[in-house]
Amino acid sequence: MAAETQAKPAETQPTAAPAMQASTQAIVTFKIYRHEPTVEKTPHFQTYPVETRPGLTVLDALIHLLDTQDGSLAVRYSCRHAVCGSCAMDINGKNMLACQTQVARLGPEVTLRPLTGLPVVRDLVCDMTNFFRKYNLITPYLVNKTKDEKDLTREWLQSPRDRKKIDHEIGCIMCGCCEGACPVLWTDENYLGPSAIAKAWRFIADTRDEGIQERIGILDSQYGVWRCHTAFGCVEACPKNIPLTESIEKARRRIIRYRLRGK
Amino acid sequence: MYTHQILVVGGGLAGCRAAVAAADLGANVAILSRVHPVRSHSGAAQGGINGALGTADPKDSPEAHTYFTIKGSDFLADQDAVQTMCQEAPSRIIEMEHWGAPFSRMEDGRIAQRPFGGAGFPRTCFSADKTGHVLMHTLFEQCLKRQVQVYEERHILSLVVDQDPKNPAARRARGVIALHMTEGKLESYRADAVIMATGGAGRIYRKTTNAHVNTGIGMALAYWKGAPLEDMEFVQFHPTGLFGTNILISEGARAEGGYLKNKDGERFMKRYAEKFMELAPRDIVARAIATEINEGRGYPGGYVHLDLTHVGRERIEERLPGIRDLSINFAGVDPVEAPIPIQPSHHYTMGGIACDINGTTPLPGLYACGETACVSVHGANRLGGNSLLETVVFGARAGAAAAQYAKANPTEANGKIFDAETQAAEKKIRGLGQGEATEDYAAIKTEMGNTMDDQVQVFRNEKDLRRALDKIRELKGRFPGVRLRRKGLRYNLDLIHILELEAMLDLAEVITLGALARTESRGSHSRTDHPTRDDTHWLKHTLATHTPQGPKLDYKPVTITQWKPEARVY
Repeated sequence: MAAETQAKPAETQPTAAPAMQASTQAIVTFKIYRHEPTVEKTPHFQTYPVETRPGLTVLDALIHLLDTQDGSLAVRYSCRHAVCGSCAMDINGKNMLACQTQVARLGPEVTLRPLTGLPVVRDLVCDMTNFFRKYNLITPYLVNKTKDEKDLTREWLQSPRDRKKIDHEIGCIMCGCCEGACPVLWTDENYLGPSAIAKAWRFIADTRDEGIQERIGILDSQYGVWRCHTAFGCVEACPKNIPLTESIEKARRRIIRYRLRGK
Repeated sequence: MYTHQILVVGGGLAGCRAAVAAADLGANVAILSRVHPVRSHSGAAQGGINGALGTADPKDSPEAHTYFTIKGSDFLADQDAVQTMCQEAPSRIIEMEHWGAPFSRMEDGRIAQRPFGGAGFPRTCFSADKTGHVLMHTLFEQCLKRQVQVYEERHILSLVVDQDPKNPAARRARGVIALHMTEGKLESYRADAVIMATGGAGRIYRKTTNAHVNTGIGMALAYWKGAPLEDMEFVQFHPTGLFGTNILISEGARAEGGYLKNKDGERFMKRYAEKFMELAPRDIVARAIATEINEGRGYPGGYVHLDLTHVGRERIEERLPGIRDLSINFAGVDPVEAPIPIQPSHHYTMGGIACDINGTTPLPGLYACGETACVSVHGANRLGGNSLLETVVFGARAGAAAAQYAKANPTEANGKIFDAETQAAEKKIRGLGQGEATEDYAAIKTEMGNTMDDQVQVFRNEKDLRRALDKIRELKGRFPGVRLRRKGLRYNLDLIHILELEAMLDLAEVITLGALARTESRGSHSRTDHPTRDDTHWLKHTLATHTPQGPKLDYKPVTITQWKPEARVY
């Protein structure tokens, strides 16, 4: 992987921010990680005063800063309602979506860093290449071997009970909050990680899928399910409340069954 | 220089479906996208996708789907295109199911369907309230399966158009110049055909359900190179945007039994659509809510209530879990216990790049599909659940047509035009970095959004539209005074926002000019000074062509097959 990993930011003097107009609204201080690894050797924090109002999200504040105070900020965002998965970042020490986090709940100081453990493109934007590379390894599509895919006259049946088995995992928005919260990944970026394993489980548990053979190799490898230490960092971080550790546990049980029965 | 047979610009549902179709015909296809495909705004679609599968009601049929879509369009949709879409709908939906889309199911295991506005039958297939999200993932997975090359986080700077080597008198789309956002460099992409699938232009408005990336850039890129834009004045306002943030609250909420109530607690829809009530088409419901607010029966600030409290916790948790999360997280309201504050919000661009049912545009080599395109299947008002359908039906058709065209018309490598376009882009970026700014990008954007929100809105009139047009032209005049605040190109949002603003100003002008010219009320275009539909003069599509002096408006007839325009009563 080309990009550098995050360096420890120097706690140096933050650049002075333009004064805000006096207001009865509370002012919160945003401390933002700034770094362009290909240009600067070390990162630094820059502080900005942000006027809060009820309902203001961290992303709203960042867009406001971008528009009015500092056009040089880099932050990835799009939908602003927790479905596109772009704006995952470390907010006061926890991985969250900036768009889903109310400033009012964070206290007088808000410290923003890119997701822990991922390489940085610039400022709050992480390089997600490795995250998506691993997702690609789990044969990330429905595998069908026995049914006629070209017959479009009727759907393949699935009971509501069976459909419910994948209800959690299909909600994954691939934001990477879990990836940055997994202690195993901090030591080995090649570990598949909670998101890719949950995606694999989403297919394995789908009654229409026949791809266990394609997926078992990687899941049962040294980078697969056995590396999970059940630290639950991923579960705590997931903004979609997916019980990722449980998905990993289910995948483990399925692999043992596969080993015993050979299918 | 990257070379592919087909370039798909945009990695949302329409773009991915086009890529899959082209790849299945053996074409070498690549997707360029402003965001990673799974982050596309297609994923934000909630309520569902229409197709007459007849699972919920066996009396439903593609013919019924066609009729209600045409009626919903206020008879502006091209009827042959609607017939194509509705006939192909069941196959495309079942195909998505076979590819793994996890639709919600009936007890017998078939795909479940819910009733949607103006549909006549329960015809909307869904996956709880995350339909767009699961379809987006499924189609991206199919792209991966076919090893479609994806160039993500590319902002497109220009559509490259050259003389056709076979026919020097004709012009032809040849590729694009892109900005690689994370590496901060310009790139050339050459192809035999280009498919534009960049979604809608919602961010021209401030009160919109759309994502920040929905700037209509693909429409502008095509428009600047001579492709006409069709019916841009038809802008959909979704009845139920969350008050304060305008985040989408799905029509599914009303499909599952939600009521609209004014501040007196009255279910006011009975005064506007006695039979269909909350499930009338979106233009009618949006006007009803706007009227309630305008006449003082809304809540202070301008909203009414979407009440789900009687629907029950269990059904809300099963069918509308996302709506519940959004309401709690963004409005502090749990819909199980209290009504959701909502207001009409800009939602969808019915117009777009003029094209036929195969995505073919008047510019050879350029295809369009999805919200970027105007086929036209939505006419003056789109029915809920038809946009996801449009992406898969016409995405597939555009992908196949582009692949056939590319195969029949391979181009010789012509570096010169790409060099010239790259130099032009570099010059433009350099110019934005030189000298002092006399104008503020954010101020222009805010003024544009406020103008569109206030004067090119649910209800329109000549005075407002003239003021809006003047304002937009004033803003266009001020735009050259904007300068970059950051020079480096790596993830330079300042640069991208400025370029997107330039596109949005031109599109805002097209929308407003088209709205001013159309002296009738049809579908989403409601003129208080011309309150009735005028089929004698206005049963026709608007075509806007770019000229240095501004948009030039022409008109073309609507294709009517068997459904004669009739009064629209619900």
